Amino acid sequence: METTMQSPMTPWPYRIEKVIRETHDTFSLNVVPKDSSRGMTFNPGQFNMLYAFGVGEVPISISGPKPGEQGMIHTIRDVGVVTGALHQLKKDQTVGLRGPFGSAWPIEESKGYDIVIMAGGIGLAPLRPALYALLDQRDKFGEIVLLYGVRKPEDLLFTKEFETWRGKYGVQVKLTVDTADREWRGNVGVVNTLIQRADFDPINTVAMICGPEVMMRFAVSELKRQEVPENQIFITMERNMKCAVGFCGHCQFGPAFICKDGPIFRYDKVKQFFGIREI
Amino acid sequence: MKSLESILGNHPFFENLAPEYLTLITGCASNVKFEAGEFIYRQDEEANNFYIIREGKVALEVCPPGKKPITVQTVSDGEILGWAWLIPPYHCQFDAQAVELTRAIVLDGRCLRTKCVEDHTLGYELLSRLLPVVGRTMEATRLQLLDIYGNND
Ligand SMILES: Cc1cc2nc3c(=O)[nH]c(=O)nc-3n(C[C@H](O)[C@H](O)[C@H](O)COP(=O)(O)OP(=O)(O)OC[C@H]3O[C@@H](n4cnc5c(N)ncnc54)[C@H](O)[C@@H]3O)c2cc1C
Repeated sequence: METTMQSPMTPWPYRIEKVIRETHDTFSLNVVPKDSSRGMTFNPGQFNMLYAFGVGEVPISISGPKPGEQGMIHTIRDVGVVTGALHQLKKDQTVGLRGPFGSAWPIEESKGYDIVIMAGGIGLAPLRPALYALLDQRDKFGEIVLLYGVRKPEDLLFTKEFETWRGKYGVQVKLTVDTADREWRGNVGVVNTLIQRADFDPINTVAMICGPEVMMRFAVSELKRQEVPENQIFITMERNMKCAVGFCGHCQFGPAFICKDGPIFRYDKVKQFFGIREI
Repeated sequence: MKSLESILGNHPFFENLAPEYLTLITGCASNVKFEAGEFIYRQDEEANNFYIIREGKVALEVCPPGKKPITVQTVSDGEILGWAWLIPPYHCQFDAQAVELTRAIVLDGRCLRTKCVEDHTLGYELLSRLLPVVGRTMEATRLQLLDIYGNND
């Protein structure tokens, strides 16, 4: 059958069902396969390779939808050539897609634990499906804490959902920005300063972190200071990659390939490589 | 009503402090309350107060000339505000404004300094609690300076 024969390097055409403007430089594309035999299942934390025809291909995490809803949402920050080209696309246009690829957040394994989700900037995008999965079985987890930091208040993503997460599901949603003017009534400071303001039982906590590498490094050291065990901390490595299936070696990270073994890693398994510039 | 001493003893900053020191420190303490928008202190004012935040949120602001004030940090429940009372020439470096109703215990900096000079063990106790806060603030400031969420992150 054609579905199983297609090379993992060949993108499938997907139709853009909806374009959502998230912030001044970030947008979401909800896409559906043109070939209806293509599934849309993925695990929270996985990514797709999105291809802007004639321009290039980039790895983008899957940021939704909520369980039971249609499509696959990708939240993209316009930072360069390909993401810029994706930004130009409109509803009903076509994008190429390969995936889903990569490892997932440990949802099943975290049952019975308190959960601390830490996101910096666009890092909330790959964590949102994890949050949806946790909330879908809310009673299976203890405290759920979302600590989210961005540069300025206007960079916050998915703000409309915070009240539901707080009110309906009892999530401790704590936000912070690097700087703000007086209009902002919330926290100012880096995201790891929120850890000590959250209520969770460190020994019995699973932490899932996604953000710039420097932020993750400081977040991990603060979590360790609070005595969250290293083997209960999960981080993402979003270094550049090309093939996404472990062929090309572009994204080698120590002995691992980020595309195939990552992007989500258990901290104790990669800590000797984490934060090393040359890798 | 809870006594000042028991409020201080239950604050994270004074966790496990020896009871005799808690009593000494309480001698410098009084209760304060700030409404949202109220300034707690202003840049360049003499710094004689050390605030132990019980609840609320305070913004530390800098005001670049000709520009709107910028909030560089907020402190809230269970945290402390101000350490300039310990460092000559005892001047505030920022404006501190309550963002919401804030209740705190204020410790008189001169009174604390005198007690620390008289009893170096108390001084050491206070410094070893204060230094991690200063260290974390410095770490956070460095991260803010890196502008890690910028385009080149
Ligand atoms: C597994 C994985 C998941 C990702 N998920 C998302 C996501 O959900 N949303 C999203 O917006 N981005 C995500 N990224 C980052 C995204 O792939 C890059 O921003 C994109 O490849 C940039 O391509 P470009 O052609 O637009 O930029 P270019 O023109 O190639 O570069 C422009 C600028 O972006 C920087 N850049 C390039 N690649 C990366 C990268 N991987 N990380 C950080 N900066 C980079 C460059 O250094 C340069 O400064 C993910 C990356 C990986 C590896």
